[in-house]
Amino acid sequence: MGQRGGWGQISALSWQQEGVGLEGAGISLAKIVFHLSRKVTSIVPESCLLILLGLGLGGIVLAVAKKAEYQLEPNMFFLFLLPPIVLDSGYFMPSRLFFDNIGAILTYAVVGTLWNSFTTGAALWGLHQAGLMDPGIEAGLMDFLLFGSLISAVDPVAVLAVFEEVHVNETLFIIVFGESLLNDAVTVVLYKVFNSFVELGPARIHATDYVKGVASFFLVSLGGTAVGLLFAFLLALITRFTKRVRIIEPLFVFLLAYVAYLAAEMVSLSSILAVTFCGICCKKYVEANISQKSRTTVKYTMKTLASSSETIIFMFLGISAVDTSKWAWDTALVLGTLFFILLFRAVGVVLQTCVLNRFRLIPLDRIDQVVMSYGGLRGAVAFALVILLDRAKVKAKDYFVATTIVVVFFTVIVQGLTIKPLVTWLKVKRSDHHKPTLNEELHEHAFDHILAAVEDIVGHHGYHYWRDKWEQFDKKYLSQLLMRKSAYRLRDEIWDVYYKLNIRDAISFVDQGGHVLSAAKLALPSMPSRTSMSESSVTNLLRESGSGACLDLQVIDTVRSRRDKEDAAMHHVLRGSLYKPRRRYKASYSRHFISPDKQERQDKEIFRQNMKRRLETFKSTKHNVCSSKSKARLKEKGRKKKNISLTSDTPNGKTHRNVPWQEAAPVLVMVSSEEEESDSSETEREDDEGIVFIARATDEVLQGKTTPGSLDVCPSPCIIPPSPTLAEKELPWKGDQADLAVYVSSETTKIVPVDMQKAWNQSISSLESIASPPGIESGSQHRRFACPVLEEQPQSANQAMSEQSSCFQFPSHISKSGRSQSDSSPDGAEQQELQPLMATEEQGRMVPTTEPRWLMFNRASHL
Amino acid sequence: MGSRASTLLRDEEIEEIKKETGFSHSQITRLYSRFTSLDKGENGTLSREDFQRIPELAINPLGDRIINAFFPEGEDQVNFRGFMRTLAHFRPIEDNEKSKDQNGPEPLNSRSNKLHFAFRLYDLDKDDKISRDELLQVLRMMVGVNISDEQLGSIADRTIQEADQDGDSAISFAEFVKVLEKVDVEQKMSIRFLH
Repeated sequence: MGQRGGWGQISALSWQQEGVGLEGAGISLAKIVFHLSRKVTSIVPESCLLILLGLGLGGIVLAVAKKAEYQLEPNMFFLFLLPPIVLDSGYFMPSRLFFDNIGAILTYAVVGTLWNSFTTGAALWGLHQAGLMDPGIEAGLMDFLLFGSLISAVDPVAVLAVFEEVHVNETLFIIVFGESLLNDAVTVVLYKVFNSFVELGPARIHATDYVKGVASFFLVSLGGTAVGLLFAFLLALITRFTKRVRIIEPLFVFLLAYVAYLAAEMVSLSSILAVTFCGICCKKYVEANISQKSRTTVKYTMKTLASSSETIIFMFLGISAVDTSKWAWDTALVLGTLFFILLFRAVGVVLQTCVLNRFRLIPLDRIDQVVMSYGGLRGAVAFALVILLDRAKVKAKDYFVATTIVVVFFTVIVQGLTIKPLVTWLKVKRSDHHKPTLNEELHEHAFDHILAAVEDIVGHHGYHYWRDKWEQFDKKYLSQLLMRKSAYRLRDEIWDVYYKLNIRDAISFVDQGGHVLSAAKLALPSMPSRTSMSESSVTNLLRESGSGACLDLQVIDTVRSRRDKEDAAMHHVLRGSLYKPRRRYKASYSRHFISPDKQERQDKEIFRQNMKRRLETFKSTKHNVCSSKSKARLKEKGRKKKNISLTSDTPNGKTHRNVPWQEAAPVLVMVSSEEEESDSSETEREDDEGIVFIARATDEVLQGKTTPGSLDVCPSPCIIPPSPTLAEKELPWKGDQADLAVYVSSETTKIVPVDMQKAWNQSISSLESIASPPGIESGSQHRRFACPVLEEQPQSANQAMSEQSSCFQFPSHISKSGRSQSDSSPDGAEQQELQPLMATEEQGRMVPTTEPRWLMFNRASHL
Repeated sequence: MGSRASTLLRDEEIEEIKKETGFSHSQITRLYSRFTSLDKGENGTLSREDFQRIPELAINPLGDRIINAFFPEGEDQVNFRGFMRTLAHFRPIEDNEKSKDQNGPEPLNSRSNKLHFAFRLYDLDKDDKISRDELLQVLRMMVGVNISDEQLGSIADRTIQEADQDGDSAISFAEFVKVLEKVDVEQKMSIRFLH
């Protein structure tokens, strides 16, 4: 390639790009095909298939072009192909496991690699000296050591591919995988040192150069690690402030990791170590800071990039193997290398394990050692490194290339294929992949604390002691510095697991189309009061169906209590009604394309539109209603209009205060209190709440209307005019009152309907006698905040009413359903819209469930 | 090593402890010197205050619970035997122990004893059940102040619901063992004692 002229190079470049593009397409297709046939992938590791595919492709390319036009270039490999792979493995490294075994990993990676490269190199040199190899191989000790260093690079890609499929136990996995990852870094450093020695030529190397070599080895590795840590810190710090620019969060992750790589490379420190440690260390903080969507983006992009580059490398491998002009065969060298790498790896593992087991809690047994020795697959890195040798300096390059290709093929194909049967045959402890459970997380945490305490008591400062120290330091300083306040506040592993479990349940629930299959597993948040009947199956059902809708914790929390008050049947009906999905879809849809600032406006718009629509429905249904009701409605309507104009005039934030009905206040409070905590899911939450509230509002409305006296009201919902009744709810309490009494006038805002109050108080007191006092509900916080605000307005009118707050509470919920816009009309309209859908079924269900609902309702009203 | 300690500790006593706990001779003497250094009253027993003087233990969220676990019920002193008996729970299980002892008494460091030790930390009222309140108390100790009570409550509820099989809204020891059956307790509840 070096001899080619400028034109040649350009054409080669374009060829290369096209080739890579084509290859990419081919690879993607091939991957799909591989995974379609599970049978094949279950026996043959993916890397084998890719190499074979590369061979095939290489053959075609060679046949067409007569000459392998493109080759792996050093720059391309080190600047583009390697970083994604390393970042991916670093970022997704299970850090706890990694640090738990860091001693073993470091030993195998550093000592093991040094041992492997020196022994292999020296043994091969010995073979050469003994005259067993083709004398045409011009190579000295340095060349062989160089070769030994590159051939001892255990490849994380191949190892990961194989071990992930094999499912060995996690300790074994992390040791082999961690070793292969760090050992790349060691190999590259070693390779560079030897390479410079070879380039210098044996004659000009002085004793000091060896010392320098050793020193630079440590400098380069530790320096690289330091650079990685520095960038991890920077990255975490930056993501702390990206709240307003969510879109570029993933970009930061990739960019800074890449900058870490380049920076380390620039000052010739180990860039692999830099990226690895950047990935390992930043993960905790970054994940806490960025939004869920960014997290997903990061995950997928990283995986995609990594698997593309590893595939490209394997393809290059296949293509180079076909191109006979690039390599020269020597049987003795090939066989010798194969033999030595297997032998020395095994010996190295056994020796190191002997030493390590003296310090390990759970010693690595013989079987583990066999698997570790056998798991030393060579792969892309070794191949890339050998291709990058300079033929002018390393005369035996062609031989080395051939040998490396054979070694890679042998280890990946032969060992890769046989390791699975071997593991089965040896009965290696497998890991059982299971979903994390809250219990495990919780108790394991307790174990950690216990062990730390016992170490303190024994007075031996072991691993647990230092881990405990570190965690305290992290909690006190690092996390506070690097995590967003909201994230930091909510940061807790146990809580995280809980959160994830809930999300998983919710998703599976939704996937199941709303049928409560995983019911037993769905433990949603605490109920208002455990002693009460809330444990009943109906509530469970409710809680579960609720979880399907609310993916956000906060929602679950706030909605929960209200949800309890709902009827299961009602929920099902609601679920069936097209309303929720549509609305939610719309909201989230707009969200994707619109920046957060605009979103609010958008919401408003959607809201307005909805309102218009609802008003129309409202008009049409109105005719079904009995005359008194319709009158009320008319009145309402008038009022509504006023309200609307009012809202639209006032700027967003202040609207709430001005709105006649107190309901405005709670909404306001709620939004503001949660804004910070869960910004990402606000829309969703609102939607969910809207629905939930509507459902309940209906209930209450019905009861409120009919109950004044006693329990026998239960049947009353049915008695009330059929479908309209339910449809009624729109302004249930309002509408009802209208005929009876003074209105909460739209004019003054301050007057509270006296009759209504009375009726409510009555019904409440009657209920109170039946039901136990209100439990503590998680959602209560917001509402409690709301109360004072609420009362301000009505109090001027009706200060004496002791149960005022409870009366008003209920309006407040309704208002929430109307979203932050909070005029009364939307609620009405919204309910109206739902109405037709729910009407029929509700009737049937109402009767049996009324009583429990009542009680719950009572509780709610107290909050 | 530990010559002073071993002079204070009679050989037959060491033998008995060795038999009961499985610690080696040198481990016992080493731990005995630690024991005496903790024993400020120099009366051959440790009191709660002796434990509380260990600075790191004071900041351990479960510190008090663990200290309590050292004391037999109703007593506020623990002698060296008891001290060792408790520590023996955390001795790693050695290879040769796995096979033998099929008929003998269960060694203190068996999986189920390790689990039982942890279980007792939760089970304050010793009714062999972790109730919701007991769980909540431990949760509150371990979880940061940032998590609200309601959230803690929901975690506790979920935890119980996850483990509860007989529907009594509490976790019995059997249920506790069951939920942790996939956890490598042998490793996660062991520390390395210096030889």
